[in-house]
Amino acid sequence: MPTLVEMPETLTTPRTAETVASLSNVTKRYANGVRALDNLSLDLRRGEIVALLGPNGAGKSTAVKLMMGLSSPTSGSVSIFAADPRHTAARLRTGVMLQIGKAPEMLRVREHIQLFRGYYPNPMPYEQIVKAAGLTGIENQFFGELSGGQKQRTLFAIALAGDPDLIFLDEPTVGLDIEARRGMWTQIRSLAARGKTVLLTTHYLEEADALAHRIIVINKGKLVCAGTPAEVKSMGANSLSPNSTAATNGALKIIRCATTLTAQHLLAMPGVTHVESANTLTVITTAQPEATLREMLALDQNLHSLEVQSPLLEDAFLALTKDS
Amino acid sequence: MSTASIALPTRPATGFARGLRIFLTEARFEFTRLFRTRAFSLSVIGFPVMFYTLFGLMLNRGQSIDGVSVAKYMLGCYAVFGALGAALFGVGVGLSGELSAGWLELKRASPMPPLAYLLAKCTTAMAFGTIIVSVLSALGIAFGHVHITPLEYARMIGITIAGAVPFASMGLAIALSVPFNSAPGITNMIYLPMSFLSGLWLPIKFLPAVIQKIAPALPTYHLAQLMLGALGYPKIGSTISHWFGLLGFTLIMLGIAWIAFRRREQNS
Repeated sequence: MPTLVEMPETLTTPRTAETVASLSNVTKRYANGVRALDNLSLDLRRGEIVALLGPNGAGKSTAVKLMMGLSSPTSGSVSIFAADPRHTAARLRTGVMLQIGKAPEMLRVREHIQLFRGYYPNPMPYEQIVKAAGLTGIENQFFGELSGGQKQRTLFAIALAGDPDLIFLDEPTVGLDIEARRGMWTQIRSLAARGKTVLLTTHYLEEADALAHRIIVINKGKLVCAGTPAEVKSMGANSLSPNSTAATNGALKIIRCATTLTAQHLLAMPGVTHVESANTLTVITTAQPEATLREMLALDQNLHSLEVQSPLLEDAFLALTKDS
Repeated sequence: MSTASIALPTRPATGFARGLRIFLTEARFEFTRLFRTRAFSLSVIGFPVMFYTLFGLMLNRGQSIDGVSVAKYMLGCYAVFGALGAALFGVGVGLSGELSAGWLELKRASPMPPLAYLLAKCTTAMAFGTIIVSVLSALGIAFGHVHITPLEYARMIGITIAGAVPFASMGLAIALSVPFNSAPGITNMIYLPMSFLSGLWLPIKFLPAVIQKIAPALPTYHLAQLMLGALGYPKIGSTISHWFGLLGFTLIMLGIAWIAFRRREQNS
């Protein structure tokens, strides 16, 4: 992992915070010979939201299953609150939201929540769960009658039931409309603010970008990179240009414009790491956007259609996980 | 790593009282859920009631077998049939569905004691068995001139409750070893032939000799003999042999369930 620079826009959690969950050198080989995880190590710290990203089959679910104590590693160790995740003591402090095909349909929302609250010695107050998950008014409906988004929110409520210190959320906002998704984001942020740790797996990269303090990218069972969303984006953009150095880590920006300047010319400018032409537009990746722009505007009076943006997490993700 | 500062709850995590409380809630909701599921409750109670009304009350009126009226004999048989259906469909097919939908995985990741879950399913099967026996008894008394003493009724309930254990174990074994899509079909293929072969529809003595030889391998046969014995009908074999038959069958089913569970664990 390259040395990382702290980003100003990052909501950093103290790096010294307690580790609440960890995988240490975990390898997981299934009975059919598939090696899902390959010497993977990762830590989750108190009060942070971590997004675990990776393409399908990268080993995300295996990693989460190990931490939930639903599976055991072939080698290496898994620890949750310094205990085995299969121990009730560890489970009493975790909450889980999984992608499930079907929950018992003939139980009411209220009954589902009460059932799960009953598993924990100090559950979250019922009213608080209902409010946090946005279930007010539908508490008496049967689970089978709910819309997709309402079902998803009920499963979120179940994860909160025990007022856990560590929460696993697998694709929490699938099927939610924008408003409900934003609502859930607010709840997830407030959990972290209360010192809870959230591990999120999602296919919505903008969700990971908006929510996570830290992003962990894995592929083929191995760690690809880990860092704040900004760091991961920079690493992704850098991985596109082989001649990048650690110094260019940081404020990478993407400049799009129509210009007559040649790629060769642009690459010679300070900070520019990558140049690409798409139709009439030129796309420039630069670590010193202000300097690059100043020079470009001075040299090309006819420069137009200018746009400056941060690299997308999506691009970084694709760059980092592409087959080499 | 400063994990030392994270104290685990000092309260014992697996107290008996906690387990009991969770079991009771789990059982209450499992019963409520299945009772509300019309497709389940109506068919599981409806089938034995329909068959008993037809074969025990409407046909064979006033007849008797070895001094016991057909209506009373059939009451015992359909009580066993009802208990079998409640356990196979409630525990077996129910569990299989929750397993395939990932619901069980969510439950297992929670601090729910697994035993509370299994016992809740088993207890629910017992409760449905009790309802079925009670409805059948009421029908027999009202329309079939059946005389049963409170003691006979209590024995029937006791045998039904005990019978739920081997049947629920069989449901567990099916749920764990058969793919979800085929679970209801396979359950029916066990439920109906097993009922016939153990003399629940036609008295065993009227069945071909070869079936009479197969029957002792079936838990329904032993439970039916115990049930008939409780109703004053001379049963085949000793009481203790039937209890051992049921115990043996339960252990075999739990063994199959355990092997199937281990295999699933290794593949997960």
